[in-house]
Amino acid sequence: MGIYLDNNATTRVDPAVVAEMMPFFTEHFGNPSSMHGYGAAVGGKIEWARGEVQKLLGAAFDTEIVFTSGGTESDSTAILSALKAYPKRREIVTSVVEHPAILSLCDFLESKEGYRIHRIPVDGKGNLDLEKYEAALSENVAVVSIMWANNETGTIFPVELLANMAKKVGALFHTDAVQAVGKLPMDLANSAIDMLSLSGHKLHAPKGIGALYVKRGVRFRPMLRGGHQERGRRAGTENAPAIVGLGKACELARESMAIELTQVAALRDRLEKALVEAIPNCFVTGNPANRLPNTANVAFEFIEGEAILLLLNEEGIAASSGSACTSGSLEPSHVMRAMGVPYTAAHGATRFSLSRDTTAEEIDTVIRVVPGIIERLRKLSPYWTNQGATAGFQPVYS
Amino acid sequence: MWNYSDKLKEHFFNPKNAGVLEEANAVGEVGSISCGDALRLMLKVEPETQVIQDARFQTFGCGSAIASSSALTEMIIGKTVDEALQVTNKDIADYLEGLPPEKMHCSVMGAEALRAAIANYRGEEWVDDHEEGELICKCFGVDAAMIERAVEVNALTTLEQVTNYTKAGASCKTCHEKIEDLLESLLAKQGKTLEPVAAKAPAPAMVGLADIAPLAAPASPEAAKPVPAKKLSNVQRMQIVIATLEEMRPYLKQDGGDVELVDIDGKNIYVRLSGACSGCQMASVTIEGIQTKLVEKLGELVRVIPHTMMAAE
Repeated sequence: MGIYLDNNATTRVDPAVVAEMMPFFTEHFGNPSSMHGYGAAVGGKIEWARGEVQKLLGAAFDTEIVFTSGGTESDSTAILSALKAYPKRREIVTSVVEHPAILSLCDFLESKEGYRIHRIPVDGKGNLDLEKYEAALSENVAVVSIMWANNETGTIFPVELLANMAKKVGALFHTDAVQAVGKLPMDLANSAIDMLSLSGHKLHAPKGIGALYVKRGVRFRPMLRGGHQERGRRAGTENAPAIVGLGKACELARESMAIELTQVAALRDRLEKALVEAIPNCFVTGNPANRLPNTANVAFEFIEGEAILLLLNEEGIAASSGSACTSGSLEPSHVMRAMGVPYTAAHGATRFSLSRDTTAEEIDTVIRVVPGIIERLRKLSPYWTNQGATAGFQPVYS
Repeated sequence: MWNYSDKLKEHFFNPKNAGVLEEANAVGEVGSISCGDALRLMLKVEPETQVIQDARFQTFGCGSAIASSSALTEMIIGKTVDEALQVTNKDIADYLEGLPPEKMHCSVMGAEALRAAIANYRGEEWVDDHEEGELICKCFGVDAAMIERAVEVNALTTLEQVTNYTKAGASCKTCHEKIEDLLESLLAKQGKTLEPVAAKAPAPAMVGLADIAPLAAPASPEAAKPVPAKKLSNVQRMQIVIATLEEMRPYLKQDGGDVELVDIDGKNIYVRLSGACSGCQMASVTIEGIQTKLVEKLGELVRVIPHTMMAAE
């Protein structure tokens, strides 16, 4: 069996989640909007799932949860809703290290719709520039969208503080919490956060299901109009099996939160420490003091990430990379660049993201295998000599 | 996941001729660490015979960059310098049994390193022709400046034409929106507007196609492809167009419609639909049917444009 350390990309659906979902394909297949018994059986279970999401988020009311198709839809819904609800406010505040679900939408709104976008920079450890954030806030801002935790480095943003600051200028505060939900305790009932996006497949639920939290009283404009589902906030027949799966996954996440924060974090720390000690010219990116318990992002200098992933894959290890060649965009990770990680290292940044399924034996295997892979690729690299990095390599069009 | 051939994987996992060539008398270095790939190619050329006796490489890059470098060295060892210069990036890709489209630039880097090394051997200066503009098509490395030149020089007005002239957008198609945006802004400068994308050959499943069966797509998709290499004179082309439309008119008349040729302007064939055809919801299907037939008969790609869509004179 392989060693799966790419849980920030997606997670294995928990078998208990699958078991919970199964009856909703063939047995309880009714449309929850139907008046008959087939519909009622499904409707009740959807409300149970809503309650589980509510509990995981620490939300005050279950009606604050709107089921969507996933993180991207939740993000788009939140931002577009805020813009429609406050048409006179023509500015958005976000960060440079957001997920493309936010960044691409903001780029579009800027270039095609004429909105002004404030993209707040980060420092070398990925921490948000709070002074620039404060300066960007004004009564022209309709919505702030800042992620709870970064998907590449795991660095956590102080969303509660940021939300309170946004409140002062009357802007809505949305957070893309896709990476944070299930890994960090949340208490939205006592929070200034107005909207929050989550995605099922990042917490052992299936792909294609997610939710948007919308605080009671927050003005909302639906993105999908049609039927009355989700109290008119998201039209379309409910993806009942997936919603049930998400509910179960949230229940399990609540029960295993302590494991994430202790056992998973300990394995992650062990992995990082061993790699940095064994391998020259490599370092951990992000803020080691304040980040997700499951994420290790190690930058190996003078080699390229896709090549690392290919060799890891040969050893049965699945990880991911911020390198240009794996993104399909030919640009190294925007997160690494925003943190000022030099190109020499940004292309070799490799992310190992653990889950509650990760074992100590697996981590030991990775620790044993990775140094050899790095050495093998560095031997091929024109930037590397046996003595270390070479300064003499100056190719054309550099 | 990577869609790599076995040959490519073999050259990545067991690269040939990797490392430093101490006795090299030709060195080519291309790429950059910011772009994510860089290659140093070292050759030992026998001065008498001009034969490349040995070649080694060092590569910073992804799997296909390393494999391309390895393949390149295998391909050129034993060749004369002049023979080696015949090796193109496509040859490298073919040698590796193909590269995924978004990785084609890796083979380009190999070909460039080879040219740089040979220039170095001959004491010439090698200048790369990379442009400064924003990279639009990542698959073929086409930037905004190149598209701009192609559009201006050739008076291009459609996405399709840009692709044909520059290769931009021919592979993964993710840059189509960018090309259209760029084209729109370039055309706006000339006071023109972007023409709609040419209709594609109708899909067999299209609703209502049975109604105009004689115009529908041929049974096999191959049959829709143009017959290659038959250079027609303008008169011949016109005659074929007229004959084809004549052939189709009875079918249109059955449905109470008609078609008339208005003009032929290069690849654009303007027609006027009349009667039941003109306002009919099936007009676009009819146009597609006519186009399919004309492409088949002419053996070249043409566009059939309804007269109403012609620019106002």
